[in-house]
Amino acid sequence: MKRYSAFAVAREAFRYHMGWERAWASPEPKKKYDAIIIGAGGHGLATAYYLGKNHGITNVAILEKGWLGGGNTGRNTTIIRSNYLQDPSAAMYEKSRSLYETLSQDLNYNIMFSPRGVMMLAQTQHEVRGYTRTAHANALQGVDTEFISPERVKELCPIMNIEGPRYPVLGALWQPRAGTARHDAVAWGLARACSAMGMDVIQKCEVTGIRQEGGKVSGVTTNRGDIACDKLGIVVAGHSGQLAEMAGFRLPIESVALQALVSEPIKPCMDVVVMANTVHGYMSQSDKGEMVIGGGADGFNNYTQRGSFHHIEETVRALCETFPVINRLKMLRQWGGIVDMTGDRSPILSKTPLGNCFINCGWGTGGFKATPGSGWGFAELMAKGQSPLCDEFSLDRFKEGRFIDESVAAGVAH
Amino acid sequence: MLMLTCPNCGVTGEESEFAPGGEAHLKRHGPGSSDEEFHAYLFAKENPRGVHFERWRHANGCGKWFHAARCTATLEVFGTYSAQTTEPPKDIKDKISAKRPGWSWREVE
Ligand SMILES: Cc1cc2nc3c(=O)[nH]c(=O)nc-3n(C[C@H](O)[C@H](O)[C@H](O)COP(=O)(O)OP(=O)(O)OC[C@H]3O[C@@H](n4cnc5c(N)ncnc54)[C@H](O)[C@@H]3O)c2cc1C
Ligand SMILES: [Zn+2]
Repeated sequence: MKRYSAFAVAREAFRYHMGWERAWASPEPKKKYDAIIIGAGGHGLATAYYLGKNHGITNVAILEKGWLGGGNTGRNTTIIRSNYLQDPSAAMYEKSRSLYETLSQDLNYNIMFSPRGVMMLAQTQHEVRGYTRTAHANALQGVDTEFISPERVKELCPIMNIEGPRYPVLGALWQPRAGTARHDAVAWGLARACSAMGMDVIQKCEVTGIRQEGGKVSGVTTNRGDIACDKLGIVVAGHSGQLAEMAGFRLPIESVALQALVSEPIKPCMDVVVMANTVHGYMSQSDKGEMVIGGGADGFNNYTQRGSFHHIEETVRALCETFPVINRLKMLRQWGGIVDMTGDRSPILSKTPLGNCFINCGWGTGGFKATPGSGWGFAELMAKGQSPLCDEFSLDRFKEGRFIDESVAAGVAH
Repeated sequence: MLMLTCPNCGVTGEESEFAPGGEAHLKRHGPGSSDEEFHAYLFAKENPRGVHFERWRHANGCGKWFHAARCTATLEVFGTYSAQTTEPPKDIKDKISAKRPGWSWREVE
């Protein structure tokens, strides 16, 4: 892999940019790998990356039924924060946020991490109490957050109407080190790094069956033939239920559509991310100038990557009240992704009933922010059979009643 | 837009008139059941990509619960029926079998 640098740009400028090589290879699948990862979204790729980087396991294939990052990784609104309530979540999300800070350098690929700050508005007394509690919990966890006044909210985000008639802004939970990153670049940068370590990123390769021998996984069946492996990682977000069925178990997961939209691009008017959980909406401005808007998940099981119009309508209606300036903007694009929702709104990073088969799923509406941290922990789990970062997120927590309840802390999708 | 017909009052409406209530035909386990059974009842979801049986409530209408058979991959509704039953009526099953050859009731338990 040739390194990207200012020097490389200058060198290529002198030869009509003919020297850029492909960012990653497109190999044919081998007969057997030490480890196979199903799903080349951010989490699958990050798992492979840290399997190689931290554990020296590089005979790895990442199998993707569509194209790189074409799942939720390429469909999310890119909010990165770690101001969760429970300790296991704070550990995971803060690890991830801190890995994001240096990910561009680590990957030699600009993922455009922008720690512009994220605020979660408190618009009811209940939320004021809830977020004050979270701020205290974060202080104990070593996560840098603060409960700020309405005046400070207005100062940080002047386009906001903090005197909304129905839901006035009473304060906000502010995490200055939170922000956004370029989602496609995260997938591409990780794929390039994996490919450079000799791993096979194989697109248009759909897993249709999981083969087992004596209670252990022995390989997968795909539309490009059978591939054997010693260890298997299932990292397919909304499709986890399908893969679990192939492996012979069920998950505490339901797949539903989550939508987002962007407006036509306008001049810079907002340099923070604002989330308003009570009214189910959040907004940030992309580098291109579009207002990036998301809301809550749809209510029923759905695999179509298209959501219901009334959800979009509700989100936009609420945001128009909080941000009157967006009233006249036109919508440019709208899309949906299939998110994997668990009962406690926390992910699953776990061994499974099938030997040597591991699963990383349940990130639901908020896993982009966790991409590097999840890969870090899950790679350790796959390599060593145990990982402190993942311990609490095991599948049997549901049986044992050890929920990691983030449904209150994160009332809205993000 | 998802359209459903409430079998209780006969009204056909768009989805914003109804509230989804999750997987239907769960076998309820309570005191005396094994941990496995209770866990399965509460958490182990079928979550299929395809034919799904689910509970809906006619929230902005007659207020009553009913069941729907729907395809999660295409959003096609095969039919709605009374909630006072432990499995879908025969006409709904036949309709699904005709449209989804190879499908059978509860092949995954
Ligand atoms: C509209 C929307 C907004 C969001 N906003 C945010 C946000 O602001 N912040 C945040 O942190 N999170 C957000 N999320 C959530 C976030 O996008 C996901 O949690 C995260 O991207 C999941 O990454 P992943 O790698 O696990 O899954 P994915 O990126 O979905 O990757 C899974 C891959 O598996 C592949 N696959 C599936 N089945 C098979 C098979 N049989 N064989 C081979 N491959 C298969 C799929 O094609 C897919 O590419 C949002 C999600 C949506 C939909
Ligand atoms: Zn009715």
